[in-house]
Amino acid sequence: MGTYIVKRILSMLVVLLIVTAIVFILVRLLPGDPILIYLTQQDVESLSIEQVAKVRHELGLDKPIAVQYVRWVGALARGDFGISVIRQTPVMLDIKQRLPITLHLGSMAFLVSIMIGIPAGVIAAVRRGGWLDQLVTTIGNLGVTIPSFWLAIFLIYIFGLRLGWLPIFGYTSPFKDFWLSASQAILPVFCLAIPPIAMDMRLTRSSMLEVMRQDYVRTAWSKGMPEARVIIRHGLKNALIPVITMKGMSIIMIFGGSVFIETVFSIPGMGRLLVEAVRSLDYGVVQAVMFVMAIIVSVVNLLIDISWGWLDPRIRYG
Amino acid sequence: MSKVDTRHTEFLESPVRVNEFKRFAKVFFGRPVVIFGATVVVIFLLMGIFPGLFAPHNPLEDDLPNRLLQPGQMGHILGTDAIGRDLLSRLIFGSRTALMVGVVALSMSATIGTMLGLTAGYFGGITQTVIMRVVDAVMCFPAILLALTIAAALGAGLTNVMIAIGIGMMAPYARIMCGQASSARENDYVLAERSLGASNMRIMFRHVLPNCLPPMIVVMTMNMGITILAEAGLSFIGVGITPPTPAWGSMVYEGYNYLRSQPFLSLVPGFAIMLVVFAFNMVGDGLRDALDPRLRGVI
Repeated sequence: MGTYIVKRILSMLVVLLIVTAIVFILVRLLPGDPILIYLTQQDVESLSIEQVAKVRHELGLDKPIAVQYVRWVGALARGDFGISVIRQTPVMLDIKQRLPITLHLGSMAFLVSIMIGIPAGVIAAVRRGGWLDQLVTTIGNLGVTIPSFWLAIFLIYIFGLRLGWLPIFGYTSPFKDFWLSASQAILPVFCLAIPPIAMDMRLTRSSMLEVMRQDYVRTAWSKGMPEARVIIRHGLKNALIPVITMKGMSIIMIFGGSVFIETVFSIPGMGRLLVEAVRSLDYGVVQAVMFVMAIIVSVVNLLIDISWGWLDPRIRYG
Repeated sequence: MSKVDTRHTEFLESPVRVNEFKRFAKVFFGRPVVIFGATVVVIFLLMGIFPGLFAPHNPLEDDLPNRLLQPGQMGHILGTDAIGRDLLSRLIFGSRTALMVGVVALSMSATIGTMLGLTAGYFGGITQTVIMRVVDAVMCFPAILLALTIAAALGAGLTNVMIAIGIGMMAPYARIMCGQASSARENDYVLAERSLGASNMRIMFRHVLPNCLPPMIVVMTMNMGITILAEAGLSFIGVGITPPTPAWGSMVYEGYNYLRSQPFLSLVPGFAIMLVVFAFNMVGDGLRDALDPRLRGVI
């Protein structure tokens, strides 16, 4: 088990190193002057050529690209994400303010997706062909095709504007005002949760159908075991393996969705930070947000792999 | 009686031939939801290719006195937007944008991804490790954010959106293709071809690739929907298609400001996105079942 964990962590570090390279290259190899990562267009225009050259030298932008990359990764490792060219504040400050908000809503969406998606998938598989199965399959298909920003607007229209039941924008910390925070979180969390719910439903359903055909399930039935026990102990427990291994994908879906949901609901989280940075061409912030999101995704993937290596010996030694 | 009718025995011994196309059509059109999806896709393609035939008005022509008309007023079936443009016509011309971006970005991501996956899976070893580690790293990012960042750096506009989505969405193809190719290269026909002295290139493109194509076609059909969704997302954020070109995503965004009085402006284009994406997914489902039923549940 120890070697397995060490191997997994090493391979994650390799992937993370490649992630830094992608984030670096993404912004650097694209058309435009890399000095714009550190200065706005107006700044560059207001400076003389000599001044720009001086800044370029100070920032090390006249060095080979490999040297620049190593310096940048070194700074990242020390937690230095650079400076936002628009606000002239450290990017780390933004991340510290914004990340907890996205993590709060995202983790709630993650839990909701597990609590709805997996039971719904099980019910659909057990009652195959029935109306519940039809319903779950339809929601499973629609959930991955619905544009989340549109769903958000639709729900704002129904529950916010027509019925007036829920606030339509903003974010409040649950430590400040719990009930306001909860009511503001309902719609965004639901919108964030829909794609992972749909994915969990589909995966659980198909995996459950597969498992319920196995011999050991038939044996359990023929022993006269109660239905709930067969389904949960023998069916679900085995059917969950592919579902859990795909939970990293849920995090990716939630991060992808947060960009739209936080924009529509005016929530000051990471997604909105990215949109603001993209609109104002604040590349340093863009790099930082992408990097932080990728770290979280790979850490979650690592935890999933380790927990399954622990639960299922076939994975550990396979 | 000693003389056997050889034509007849030959006929008996040959395997029963089923018309492959008939079988395909029977499975494909077997489910009502696939027929529905196929119908929507055909309508979408027709509208996208010949928008002028369907649109009742010029999608770019503003008409300020008649701005924000309710549906049905003054011959505007779905009403007009904030500067008096006909919503239905913009919707129809928007399908051309979605179709163009969808086709080009999809072909790009599928080609790059397939080539990477084919190389990795066919050669295996260190080549595979290097390529697939990069693919793993790319897959740590939500594809839409990758596309968003590339689009932001390149600048908005039709071509840049195509490039951004094309690069942003290539990783899943590489992963699937790698798995396909590494199992396909173990086949006897590859060994036979190699013993005849065929080059790697010939084996890869003439033998391995064609045998891996059916699942790739299914994935591509399903991803057509996701590609259209990505374009809508970028346009919604404002780094996608530049105005005044009609694009569904930016129409949702523009209409959002008038949600209280004119919910149609925002909700109808979004519904169009959902319908088309859903339709492509259903056609993909149908293709999967018709091309290779074993893939059910795998993709």
